[in-house]
Amino acid sequence: MAGAVGAVALTLLATLLALGGYDVPSALSALWRGSFGSSYALFSATVVRATPLLLAGLAVAIAFRAGVWNIGAEGQLLAGATAAIAAAALPVPGPLRLTFSLLFAAIAGGLWALPAALLRQRGVLEVISTIMLNFVALNLVGYLVRGPLQEPTHAYPQSVTIDAVARLPRVAGTRLHLGVLIALVTSIILGIVMRRSAWGFRVRAIGANPRAAASAGLIDVSRVALGAFLVSGALAGLAGGIEATGVTYALYEGLSPGYGYTAIAVALLARLDPLLVGPSAMLFGALEAGATAMQRDAGVPAAFVTVVEGSLVLLVLLLPVVARRYTAYALARQGSAA
Amino acid sequence: MSTNSEFLEAAVRTATPLLLAATGELVVERAGIIYVGIEGSILAGALAAAAGGLALGGVVGVALALLAGAAAAALFALFVVRWRTEQIVTGTAITLVATGGTAALYHVLFGPEGAGLRVPVVHPVPIPGLAAIPIIGRALFAQSLFTYAALGSIVAVQWSLAKTHLGLALRATGERPSAARAAGIATSQLRAGAALFAGALGGAAGASLVLVQSGTFAEGMSAGRGFIAIAIVALGRWRAGGVLIAALAFGAASALQFLFQARGWTLPYQAFLALPYLATLVALATMRARAAAPAALGQVDTD
Repeated sequence: MAGAVGAVALTLLATLLALGGYDVPSALSALWRGSFGSSYALFSATVVRATPLLLAGLAVAIAFRAGVWNIGAEGQLLAGATAAIAAAALPVPGPLRLTFSLLFAAIAGGLWALPAALLRQRGVLEVISTIMLNFVALNLVGYLVRGPLQEPTHAYPQSVTIDAVARLPRVAGTRLHLGVLIALVTSIILGIVMRRSAWGFRVRAIGANPRAAASAGLIDVSRVALGAFLVSGALAGLAGGIEATGVTYALYEGLSPGYGYTAIAVALLARLDPLLVGPSAMLFGALEAGATAMQRDAGVPAAFVTVVEGSLVLLVLLLPVVARRYTAYALARQGSAA
Repeated sequence: MSTNSEFLEAAVRTATPLLLAATGELVVERAGIIYVGIEGSILAGALAAAAGGLALGGVVGVALALLAGAAAAALFALFVVRWRTEQIVTGTAITLVATGGTAALYHVLFGPEGAGLRVPVVHPVPIPGLAAIPIIGRALFAQSLFTYAALGSIVAVQWSLAKTHLGLALRATGERPSAARAAGIATSQLRAGAALFAGALGGAAGASLVLVQSGTFAEGMSAGRGFIAIAIVALGRWRAGGVLIAALAFGAASALQFLFQARGWTLPYQAFLALPYLATLVALATMRARAAAPAALGQVDTD
């Protein structure tokens, strides 16, 4: 499955590059070198890039599964990163500081989703409210890094760099950090919870058919949706906390190159299954890491990869349409044969 | 000229692309469809206006921008109206494709040094007499043709929605599509048409960014204005008059930074940029805003 999607993505990319008049072999080989071509590319670029996409992708997957259209992962991620950087300055011993950072990041992400979750219970479309909260978060970060959280020399719009003890440990000689493991474990736990637990069942039930879940399953739809929304926010917040303590070490406006939006594509490609979000995040991480190399070494704009990402989502959306048509066709044939 | 009148002028100028896009979004949302991809239509329009304006002149550039914006919306409508895919997800994908596609195409057309692109900008057309009114004169009557077109569009949309059969049919489609269909309304065609209209106005918004404000194209230059348009429609409670006021409010908040620079204030203006979004959240939290949203907005039309 992952291989097939990768093949589709590469074919699409190659076609677009050929149409644009680029040297396809040299572009694709740069893409390969930058993503899987060496252990450095794999572990320091692709996997590091895939980590926030995995956690934010899980956030989107859980919410969408519950029928909660949370497109606010970007804002929740920024809230998490902000909380993590702020907590990294707390006067507590080193390892505890990191724990606080990640904990506060998850809480901040959940809190950032809370207004939208509460408004949703009162009938306000979460799409609109989460978009608003994304912009509030972005502007808030812009304000904080020029105001209360600005580094002491006031030369740059960014926070102070956090102490070494407050950072996620790295594998020596790489950019690979412990957050990768946290993200993987989280995805496995969520996969089990969604498949096996009563809560996971309720989430899936309200997403599939809220009215049936309420009447036949006696599920408190609004409460389960609220829970899923907050868990989703917490996961996106954790993504931001891990990015801040594992990669950037400081808060600034460009901390997330739209991870929260790409996460929507990541989750959809994984068909909202937590266990498939990992491979999907790896594919997107590889595409984006490869795109950077492609731009640098072959002079091909990274934007081509964005087109591929969007097209993959459109293709995934078409799968059930095609399946529906095929079923109708097969049924019609059966009918005429009988 | 006073700082205040310059501020108002900047506020209306900044509000113009927002009003254009929000007017389009208003129409499609009143038909029950939320078009998150309007961000993509703005970008498509911006690139078309830049390329067309450079090669064939501003008028052709604007025409191409309308077509390009509508083309992005046509893809959206094909998915959402014909194939009944989820609106928000589809719109997000359209935005991704358009963001990447315009940046890539720009690179293909103008090469890696495309930043040097200079598109002739259109100048303000002051209306004699009216532009001389103190304080608000220049803000309202010494703007580009885009501003007058935006104001004309919102008035026309208000009139069409309230007074014409088409407007009634559109509103019925947005409230209860099954009932509208039973009454003989071609809801799918109406929804597709509304999406195309929204896309075209999004394209016009993109054109105004290029031809009035920047004189060039830049990757991702829409900078979230499509999302702001969605906010404006909600803040304006899905009414044309409300949309007009909300668009001006968002424009004013953005224009505050010019005022700050002019006055030499060093306050971080980001705090003010967040205000309209907070205002929208508060507005959404109130009773009337909820009642104002089209009942079928965002729902997949299942039957």
